[in-house]
Amino acid sequence: MIEEVKLQLKKNANTIRMDIVEQVHSAKSGHPGGSLSIADIVAYLYFVELNVDPKNPDWADRDRFVLSKGHTCPAVYSALARRGFFDPEILPTFRHIGSILQGHPDMKNIPGIDMSSGSLGQGISAACGMALAAKKSGASYRVYTILGDGEIEEGQVWEALMFAAHYKLDNLCIIVDNNGLQIDGPTAEVMSSAPIGDKAAAFGLASFEMDGHDFDSIEKAFNEAKKVVGKPSLIVANTVKGKGVSYMENQVGWHGTAPGDDDYNTAMNELKEVAKCL
Amino acid sequence: MSVKEATRDSYGKALTEFAEEYDLYVMDADLAAATKTGIFKKAYPDRFIECGIAEGNMMGVAAGMAAAGKTVFASTFAMFAAGRAYEQVRNSIGYPHLNVKIGATHAGISVGEDGATHQCNEDIALMRTIPGMVVLNPADPVEARLCVKAAIEHDGPVYLRFGRMAVDSIFDENYKFEIGKGAVLKDGKDVAIIATGLMVARALEAAELLKADGIDAAVINIASIKPLDNELVLEYAAKCKAVVTTEEHSIIGGLGSAVCEVVAEQGICPVVRHGVEDCYGKSGPALDLLDLFKLNAAGIAEKAKYALSLKK
Repeated sequence: MIEEVKLQLKKNANTIRMDIVEQVHSAKSGHPGGSLSIADIVAYLYFVELNVDPKNPDWADRDRFVLSKGHTCPAVYSALARRGFFDPEILPTFRHIGSILQGHPDMKNIPGIDMSSGSLGQGISAACGMALAAKKSGASYRVYTILGDGEIEEGQVWEALMFAAHYKLDNLCIIVDNNGLQIDGPTAEVMSSAPIGDKAAAFGLASFEMDGHDFDSIEKAFNEAKKVVGKPSLIVANTVKGKGVSYMENQVGWHGTAPGDDDYNTAMNELKEVAKCL
Repeated sequence: MSVKEATRDSYGKALTEFAEEYDLYVMDADLAAATKTGIFKKAYPDRFIECGIAEGNMMGVAAGMAAAGKTVFASTFAMFAAGRAYEQVRNSIGYPHLNVKIGATHAGISVGEDGATHQCNEDIALMRTIPGMVVLNPADPVEARLCVKAAIEHDGPVYLRFGRMAVDSIFDENYKFEIGKGAVLKDGKDVAIIATGLMVARALEAAELLKADGIDAAVINIASIKPLDNELVLEYAAKCKAVVTTEEHSIIGGLGSAVCEVVAEQGICPVVRHGVEDCYGKSGPALDLLDLFKLNAAGIAEKAKYALSLKK
């Protein structure tokens, strides 16, 4: 990856992380851990990969993105705002009464949100429907969806994987945010979903793996996925839950807890330090 | 065009008929032969999407296709459409108000021999609670066809309820159906029988039985359970001062409940619900089961007389 692009992406991802902390702190609720773990992937999607137009969010031929792990929408809300879909000033209204920024993505009111999601396991099916619609219409857009490694415990995910492979949806790219933690503890202890890549391959998908915090690795995986013909792709993104905020990293307790004022200040100072170095 | 056929057959034929004019897609979960979407599949294989035995995923895929601008009918038995996939329908279709039409067949006791696990008497209740969901339950083949057309032309989610058992035509080619409107099939002044689905024909028979006892019953057909024709319901509640509802569905949450809600809030008159009591179905021939569960003219007439006894 060109160094300038990489540097810009690092800045974008850091801004997304600050916006995530800002949103959940303002809301006094929300899900920082899994939002932070996808910040780099979401930055890459919205600033490099997705063919979207902030001026025309409903453009029929745009690439689609479905956040199947909808609770981590602060990352996507930030990316949409920073990409120009709406004013970043409204980010702190997240989860407040009267805000368009609902606790989980709402396609009816948020510019750039392609599917309402949040009930785990459902977004991937909608992504399959969009990919199939593109095939039926002869449209060339691609569909991307991010799932959690806990989310894939839902049976519907495996129904959708069967469907995607059966209909050879090579315009569909599924990313699993493999951060290893879910509400009740480590995924390996709650309900092991490993080996995710091998299972996807057994279901007939092209399986890839990437370091979800390394833009060279992210770029390589997305580019490889785009070359696949006749199969959907699934990328296992190895990530750290809470990435970028020291005290949240790999801590299950920060799945669905908002930082108080002191923790907020600590987090923002850390992220501001990172920003200075970029 | 008086035909006797199951409304599921009318559904499959109507999809095929209207596919010429409208850009429809039809999905099924390995039941195309039973839901009769197989008729559509044969005529329009490129617009038919087999989803396999995975109803939750089918509803989600339908939502995604609708989000991408397609009009989609997702079909399976009522038990799996409203029951198993309830939450997918609620969150992936209802909440974003997507243009998905749920074609649910094999509703109610008249499924017959398959028995309780496949006899869904709760689907109207479940679907009615979803904000923005239109719930249609046609009485005969003519109305079933018109409901399909109305669903296509309606912008938003619609739940359509069809039966497995062949039923006689009640309506002729001049019959008009509109979402949110009921129809007076027989006027009357003593008691209003408000009926839906295959109970409409039985309500007309019940009115004849009541007539022999000197009771003048009105019969109202409600295919559009949601939105309900409140105006018509209130008009006949005020006129007859006694209402009996009848449906091939649980007396909890269906048409009976919908009518009670409207009439009680205006404090007009007693409403007596006739339908499947708070119980499961059984195996047996459909017509025998309908009699066993008193889902017949005599059952309605008995409840109508009870409603009359409550009249002030």
